[in-house]
Amino acid sequence: MRGGFAGDAVRRLRANPAAVLALGAICAVVVATLLGPWLNPNNTETLDWLHVAARPGLQSAHWFGTDRLGRDLYARTLAGTRVSIAIGVVASILSILVGVSYGAVAGYVGGRTDHAMMRIIEILSGLPLIFFVIFLTVIFGRSESLLFISIGAVGWLTMARVVRGQTLSIRQQDYIAAAIASGASSGRIIAKHVVPNVIGPVVVYATLTVPQIILFESFLSFLGLGIQEPGASLGTLISEGVGEMEAAPWMLLVPGSFLAVLLLCLNIFGDGLRDALDVREG
Amino acid sequence: MTRYFFTRLAGAVPTLFIIITLTFFLMRAAPGGPFDQEQALPPEIAANLESAYGLDQPVWVQYGRYLKSLLHGEFGPSFKYKDFTVTELIGQGFPITLQLGLMAMALALFVGVPLGTFAALHHNSAADYATMSLAVVGIAIPSFVVLPFLGLLFGVYLLWLPVAGWEPGSIRHLVLPVLALALPPLAYVARITRGSMLEVLRSHYIRTAFAKGLPLRTVIVRHALRPALTPVASYLVPAVASILTGSLVVETIAGLPGIGRYLVQGAINRDYTLVLGMVIIYSTLLIGMGLIVDLLYAWLDPRVRFAK
Amino acid sequence: MVPTLSIDELSVSFAHRSSTVEAVDRVSLRIAPAECVGVVGESGSGKTQLFLAVMGLAGNAEVSGSIRFEGRELLGETAAAINRVRGSKLTMIFQDPMTSLTPHLSIGTQLAEVLVCHSGRSWAEARAIAGQMLERVRIPDPRRRLSQYPHELSGGMRQRVMLAMSLLCEPALVIADEPTTALDVTIQAQIIELLRTMRGEAGTSLALISHDLAVVAGLADRILVMYAGRIVENAVAGELFRRPRHPYTAELLKCVPSLSGPRPARLPTLAGQPPQPGDALQACPFAPRCPRAADRCRIERPPLMGASTSQVACHFPLS
Repeated sequence: MRGGFAGDAVRRLRANPAAVLALGAICAVVVATLLGPWLNPNNTETLDWLHVAARPGLQSAHWFGTDRLGRDLYARTLAGTRVSIAIGVVASILSILVGVSYGAVAGYVGGRTDHAMMRIIEILSGLPLIFFVIFLTVIFGRSESLLFISIGAVGWLTMARVVRGQTLSIRQQDYIAAAIASGASSGRIIAKHVVPNVIGPVVVYATLTVPQIILFESFLSFLGLGIQEPGASLGTLISEGVGEMEAAPWMLLVPGSFLAVLLLCLNIFGDGLRDALDVREG
Repeated sequence: MTRYFFTRLAGAVPTLFIIITLTFFLMRAAPGGPFDQEQALPPEIAANLESAYGLDQPVWVQYGRYLKSLLHGEFGPSFKYKDFTVTELIGQGFPITLQLGLMAMALALFVGVPLGTFAALHHNSAADYATMSLAVVGIAIPSFVVLPFLGLLFGVYLLWLPVAGWEPGSIRHLVLPVLALALPPLAYVARITRGSMLEVLRSHYIRTAFAKGLPLRTVIVRHALRPALTPVASYLVPAVASILTGSLVVETIAGLPGIGRYLVQGAINRDYTLVLGMVIIYSTLLIGMGLIVDLLYAWLDPRVRFAK
Repeated sequence: MVPTLSIDELSVSFAHRSSTVEAVDRVSLRIAPAECVGVVGESGSGKTQLFLAVMGLAGNAEVSGSIRFEGRELLGETAAAINRVRGSKLTMIFQDPMTSLTPHLSIGTQLAEVLVCHSGRSWAEARAIAGQMLERVRIPDPRRRLSQYPHELSGGMRQRVMLAMSLLCEPALVIADEPTTALDVTIQAQIIELLRTMRGEAGTSLALISHDLAVVAGLADRILVMYAGRIVENAVAGELFRRPRHPYTAELLKCVPSLSGPRPARLPTLAGQPPQPGDALQACPFAPRCPRAADRCRIERPPLMGASTSQVACHFPLS
């Protein structure tokens, strides 16, 4: 039955041209960031004093131009995209793990524990995380471990809610009562019955969590609270680009377009996946 | 109805209280904070802190003094700007941020709701798909990308609008920032309205309204709109949070002297009292918004007023 | 005399996946002024879709044929033209009073807006007239009810409000779609009594749709029996019950339990299922379940034949 469900979903997804295109674009970007350095040998660090703030051009050595210090924008943008995607994926995995565990426990145990756990999520959802992050930054200073923790804190709320909703409804099913009656332990029940059934929504919301996290990281980096020099993510590149907007617009346009396309495609694909699997929040 | 309001108010005050208390004690307890005895502070700051917080007194007395000063609207001295108190800084910047935020919220609602309604009425048509595609763009692309791009287009190439800067009373300088700030909530509101309107239009009471021979305009505005807006009301608090968050970036890029920019500067300069004051202000705004939304629910659906 | 409602070869079809579903299949009927016509049939027989199409509420359906109300063709008219008639001279009451009133508007507003929209009266005047109408439909304490909200009224009262709403502009035809189905039996009787009184007072025509013969029996002058989107029998009420001509009608009547007479060992039922909308048939739709079916029934569609008050669509009608 599960094979049929997945097959159905794939079919519906394929019928959605926007989602397919989006997926293609995402793959193209990922491939570009991985293979890009091979195509153009320019380094992210090298300062090319001969070509400071040069315009982009396919004929010149610097395809996307250079920045104010002569660094090649092509290399920097691809590197920045790599960083953004990497952080997005790693942090997403972390927040998924936290969110799924939290939600599964809440949904499975039920009762007052569930109620309390959900209240906590409600309160946390209401607070814009950015202020919390800023507050912590003020106290602890700018550090990259703080960055990771706060970024991870972005995605787990929705995931927890979704998983909890799914777990609750699965819990009500008769076959769970049968399993408990026949003496199966909670752990075994969760592993064998709950987990396979929540995979669908988890996959969908994971796909939607990644752009959320990339957005948040870029936001922090843009403000100067995220990745610090000499490392760069798309957020920092865009921030530099804004400063040079009138003189060297490509410094803004290149990383900005990369981020926009990446986020747009991730969202479109995530939406498409959600429609195909017909999943709703808890 | 009044009883409903006061019940909600009574619930909101403790929440605010908890936030204030938490931030107060967090700042005391956090290592590397300004009250950490190991920290070597410039003498003027130390003196300011001493007088404002009475650091030699027991913690509870300090807490009491802090609360009292809050009631007077005093947030304490600024760390970075030695001549100003936080209250003065906030007083300067708040009106600008408020103006920016209100305009963005108004744009989001007054364009988003009609757009969503339009899409619902033309369900599955080309116009519907176009509108919803624009909505995805609005949701996905962050304001710190949208605003500079708009600035490039309208400010640098077309020269229609100023790219950055601000003059008191100027509207031209607010156009692009408000637009960039309003875009994500506008997109969400349009999406939510469309979904909600589609559902409401399927209701039996809408069928009755049509059966009465009422024109489409009347059916939508008088019968369908209010129930359809309930999910939008639920979105208002996250919308305010989104606008507050966006204002940090928008004010920074556009050079608007609002409190959002102060917050960012405060974080980078480690201006504790400023950031603390800001967190309290923002929390109050959000909680206040929550209260307004509760009242809104009661207006939208009379059944809520009667519920215990 | 121009019939109040005149329907000819009306078909209502829906597109479903790759095929079309005919909910109403070339139906023709007339309703005269001050006449009460009962329309009886199982769910899926098309009786509701038929009248939704008359009201212009058929949604995405394809409607073809002719619908003439007081001599004027409705099909193909502009929305504005239909809205002039709809809700004023041609009104409809629905089956579910609990969900048919707008929850956030007061009863007074929902009643008054009909008058404000159609008769151009002021809101104050309209509310006053609405209050009077609430009295006529026997709602106690009408003035207070005007400012109340639907959720403060019981199901029976809400249905009376719907009735009041339909009578405000002195309609020529009121369509009542299962007006009592969702209500308790005692309330049912009250609503039927109310309908009877209204008819008597105003001379309004009434189209009473129901799956329940008992409801129809008390009110209708004439009864139309529908099956699979078609009219299979049309007879004066008394005649229908005494001498049904279509086998389906006969079977239906057998299924109505009687309070008098001996208790049957088993409640009689009709074998088989009604055809779902979508089972397109060239033949008689009742043939699979008909005890009198012959080969001709399975190939040839029986046309509705007979005089205006006694019609039957059957190759071998009962005599």
